[in-house]
Amino acid sequence: MSAERRMREKLMIALNPTRLDVINESHLHAGHAGSPGTGESHFKVLIVSQAFASKSRVERHRMVNTALADELAGAVHALAISTFAPGEPLN
Amino acid sequence: MATTQQDINAWIKNTIDGNDVVLFMKGRKNMAQCGFSQRIDAVLQHLGINYKDVNVLEDASIRDGIKAYTNWPTIPQLYVKGEFIGGCDIVMEMFQSGELHKLIHEKGVPHTNHGTHA
Repeated sequence: MSAERRMREKLMIALNPTRLDVINESHLHAGHAGSPGTGESHFKVLIVSQAFASKSRVERHRMVNTALADELAGAVHALAISTFAPGEPLN
Repeated sequence: MATTQQDINAWIKNTIDGNDVVLFMKGRKNMAQCGFSQRIDAVLQHLGINYKDVNVLEDASIRDGIKAYTNWPTIPQLYVKGEFIGGCDIVMEMFQSGELHKLIHEKGVPHTNHGTHA
């Protein structure tokens, strides 16, 4: 299973999102320092979930980081995170 | 520098408590070696904040230590007046909304760019 698909599953289970984008951006970083060249190193996630309501930014990111702890400790080198509760403007 | 886990935590705490603004980053001020660190560096410099930079690439014990200390798996990490603010995404969101400027103003952090507050 691809890292993208695995991350998607873990986030679905942990956060029950109403919208979930998991975007592999590894190709944008190929060849520069810090890029392991695996094709599964740099990701961007956008998550809309009721679980984020009344949570601070740091708390929201911790929830995502916890769900993806194995990935962050392993092959995922960089993860850009955008979190929204339902009704918050997506920017 | 630090050797045991206890020493490392003490060093981190002293650094965070002893400086208004601390950025744990890859590389140094003006010479970030990672795009995420570079973006926070640029924001802090834009606001005219004379922050303390800690290059985690120079010491693996600090690099691992700050992740455990903050319970945050990634670098960069920004601290203001002893409080963990966030990593690159959070800092950029707060900068764009004006919250970051407001925060440093309210916490009395010296900065030279006073611009407009949100």
